[in-house]
Amino acid sequence: MLSQARPGSKGRPLADRLREFTGESAAKCYQCGKCSAGCPLAAEMDFPPSQILRMLQLGFPTLEAKAIASLSIWLCLTCETCLARCPQEVDLPKIMEFLREESLREKKFHPQAKEIIAFHRAFLDSVQAAGRLYEIGLIADYKARSRHLFQDVLVAPKLFWRGKLKLFPHLIKDRSNISRIFSKTLGKKEPSG
Amino acid sequence: MKLGYFPGCSLQGSAGEFDESLQAIAPALGLELIEIPDWSCCGASAAHNLNRLLALALPARTLALAERAGFREVLVPCSACYSRLILTRHELEQDEGLRRQVSEIIGMEYQGTVRVLNILEVMGQIFQDGLKGKITKPFEHPVACYYGCLLVRPPKVVQFDRPEDPRTMDELMKKIGAEPIDWAFKVECCGAGFSISRTDLVAKLSSKILADAQRRGAEAIIVACPMCHANLDMRQEKAEKWAGKKYSMPVLYLTQAIGLALGLPEKKLALHQHLVPVSFPVKAKPAAKAKAETASQPAGQSEE
Repeated sequence: MLSQARPGSKGRPLADRLREFTGESAAKCYQCGKCSAGCPLAAEMDFPPSQILRMLQLGFPTLEAKAIASLSIWLCLTCETCLARCPQEVDLPKIMEFLREESLREKKFHPQAKEIIAFHRAFLDSVQAAGRLYEIGLIADYKARSRHLFQDVLVAPKLFWRGKLKLFPHLIKDRSNISRIFSKTLGKKEPSG
Repeated sequence: MKLGYFPGCSLQGSAGEFDESLQAIAPALGLELIEIPDWSCCGASAAHNLNRLLALALPARTLALAERAGFREVLVPCSACYSRLILTRHELEQDEGLRRQVSEIIGMEYQGTVRVLNILEVMGQIFQDGLKGKITKPFEHPVACYYGCLLVRPPKVVQFDRPEDPRTMDELMKKIGAEPIDWAFKVECCGAGFSISRTDLVAKLSSKILADAQRRGAEAIIVACPMCHANLDMRQEKAEKWAGKKYSMPVLYLTQAIGLALGLPEKKLALHQHLVPVSFPVKAKPAAKAKAETASQPAGQSEE
């Protein structure tokens, strides 16, 4: 197994880097399965949460690559149910966060995660520009990125006439501070994908 | 009670009625809210999906601004914002190196001196001292108190109420005359940030919540989160389509229910902004029942 290459990870097991970045250890999990039982979207996932953890525990590069390319990590809603119920207090939402970041870094994300990632990107674009979320801009940006141009064409006018969609963005004063935060975290250019 | 206030982006946009109703009830509750100067988006729910440092830096900026402005306590009504702020506070408290790193990123010293409060915590405190005299129009309806995920989880971080069967909102609703029902979906997830990107999943999850509330006789669902509201109200039509049945379940922010009990006009509480009309079968229910009973009586006894 050691001969198998770990792309982009300098040959170190993913679980080691997980511990380094998040302080969390996959080894704590004893596979009781409570996380998978309580997860609202486990049924939609390609691997239930406890299985994702198992993939990290074993340390096989093939399984690590599967975890990183899974749909599960993008379907995680960060609802925190798994963590609240885990007898070992494994911070699974934080582990999922780490895996998503890895998946983007290695450009290995699941094809069905495209819309979800497009939404997150559109959301952050809006925050980066104004300092606050601009919902109409977010929807337009998301439609362009996901090419779902006709989604919600019926619901949007209802929202507008009820005063739920504001026409103009709220700009904060210190937008240079926001630019600084984005460039120091996401980098000048956001990761492509 | 005087508190720093972080409305968050939703309350200035699609969840405007949460802010409007909170501002409307504040004077009667003796609550003074002062907005954190130049606050920015907390990043929920996108930042923590793409970049961990960004997810910490965005809330830390607002918290640092609150510190600068001299606040000790900040009310964060949106539960997604609340979660991001309190998680950031927790993580930076645990890890001094990370605190310094994030302070450098935001170009401000973040110290961690501000307490982050959710809306239930604050309302609970206010109602503890009793508001009996001010409740002029008791909100006499069976209601399903829906807490969602982020007000009670993760328990070690929020340290608020019980994670599986919380009571704060139920107690509050009792105090304004409502009758909180016993139900199974208090803390189940509605699909949160997937409202736009995966409406199919939101329809499925929300449908389960709406169905249980309806089955157990709730006349409204009470929420404290703009994402829960969007998924249960705005997406109710989709949920109905998915389930193949009608729910017609009004979804109110708890501040709106309190406002109605305080006798405030519906317009001030922005009830008209909801997609599902806020109407109750108050008198209609017993009448319908009586009608059904007469209908089931043997023919000849009644013309109905």
